Amino acid sequence: MKKVIANKEIDVNEEGYLLDFKQWDREICECIAGECDIVLTERHWEVIEYIHDKHHKEEPLSIRGIKKSGVIDVKEFYSLFPGGPLKKATLIAGIPKPKSCI
Amino acid sequence: MSDMKNLVILGAGTSGTMMANHLHAKLDKNDWEITVVDQFKTHYYQPGFLFLPFDIYTTKQVKKNGKKFIPKRVHYIQEKIEMILPENNIVTLESGTILPYDILIVATGTKTAPDEIEGMNGPEWYKSIFDFYTYEGAKALRDKLREWEGGKLVVHISEMPIKCPVAPLEFAFLADSYFKNKGMRDKVEITYVTPLDGAFTKPKATKALHYLLEEKNIKEVTNFNIERVDFEQNKIIDYADVEVEYDLLVTVPTNMGDALIERSGMGDDLNYIPTNKATLQSNAHENIFAIGDATNLPASKAGSVAHFEAEILTDNILRYINGEPLKEEFDGHANCFIETGNGKALLIDFNYTHEPVEGSFPFPHVGPLKLLKESRTNHMGKMAFRWIYWNMLIKGRHIPFVSSTMSEKGKQYDEVK
Repeated sequence: MKKVIANKEIDVNEEGYLLDFKQWDREICECIAGECDIVLTERHWEVIEYIHDKHHKEEPLSIRGIKKSGVIDVKEFYSLFPGGPLKKATLIAGIPKPKSCI
Repeated sequence: MSDMKNLVILGAGTSGTMMANHLHAKLDKNDWEITVVDQFKTHYYQPGFLFLPFDIYTTKQVKKNGKKFIPKRVHYIQEKIEMILPENNIVTLESGTILPYDILIVATGTKTAPDEIEGMNGPEWYKSIFDFYTYEGAKALRDKLREWEGGKLVVHISEMPIKCPVAPLEFAFLADSYFKNKGMRDKVEITYVTPLDGAFTKPKATKALHYLLEEKNIKEVTNFNIERVDFEQNKIIDYADVEVEYDLLVTVPTNMGDALIERSGMGDDLNYIPTNKATLQSNAHENIFAIGDATNLPASKAGSVAHFEAEILTDNILRYINGEPLKEEFDGHANCFIETGNGKALLIDFNYTHEPVEGSFPFPHVGPLKLLKESRTNHMGKMAFRWIYWNMLIKGRHIPFVSSTMSEKGKQYDEVK
């Protein structure tokens, strides 16, 4: 489906995750974060950068990965993206939600 | 003799044993010597660990001497593996023995790592905190359940990925039946705690199966990423400071690949080997292949997956030997029975790109097994599978009508990404 974010028409799935990372930019990122009641700080951007790096390398994201990332500890990750940090951080970073089983 | 080439298989579990049988039948005995290394004597029927705690299976039904399943002409070394040295094409063993290889197959599986979570493997381990993914854990839990008088039972997954991702859910279903049969269901509160979005997370499975949790009065706590076990206060605590109290904690600890993989510098964060998901060749070395739970494939860590992989890997090893391009054939096919309690089970069939769907299996429109629906026939299928496992599967015999890649016939599927 289509959704207008930051005055741009973007392809998203039913949960709002971007279908095409090429459509992502910083403005869109800030808008999605706003919808999650998150104001992006420098720390958020560092985490988003880490998430993009993992995504490009096709390495799955996990809480364990965050723990070992050297970028952020898990407690801070939760405080930056309250609720479901992996789900929210991937939504904002414009990549698919981490996969699960059935 | 010096012309003989060496194929070495590390691990004699489900995958390693299957590969030894397949390759023994396919490789020219004048050219190739096959060696299998595994330090443990016992081959466990791991799907049986689910039934052991409830006295449905006996200990004897889940273990046999592994040697019986390795072909006689295959070298079988029972010793701890020290290190893989991929640059030198050798494996070293604890005694100092050096095994050179032309082709290496790593089938060292996955293990539980309760030390990964603070407070789990402490004074209460196997007293009020149990796993059922090991023989020892399942047996200790059986003894506990025989005398337990009730209270809060928490069934918990520490982090993904885990072997047989539906097993904890089956455990919760079987626990419901078990306590009903003992006439004490009213004394037990069952809570299912998962780091995922829900017990079922894919839309179709959730729609078709969520009623099971309601019907069995199993509570769900979702998105719970455990930080520690407070074994003094009997509660588990997650990173968002959510607490769940328990009287009996049945947890699936973090699953990790063998420490050997870490020692050899060949693994990812969880000691799984980065592997091509379609060919099963390791990403780093062209003469090293990986199979089953030891890989980092985005497929389920399950015996059925290993079985399908083994058929494809055998073909690819032969292609590799003949200098032919490898076939990119593995599609992540998994086929799992899910026990739902009271003598019923579900059957699911899925792969990398297709969600579990409704339909019939293995014959389109005929079955006799129904996909994604509870039935007694499915339960009998699961029970019959133990015989199939010992007599056909690990011996590398093809299971009739079940193909290694997923068939789309007679199934109602939508493609997923």
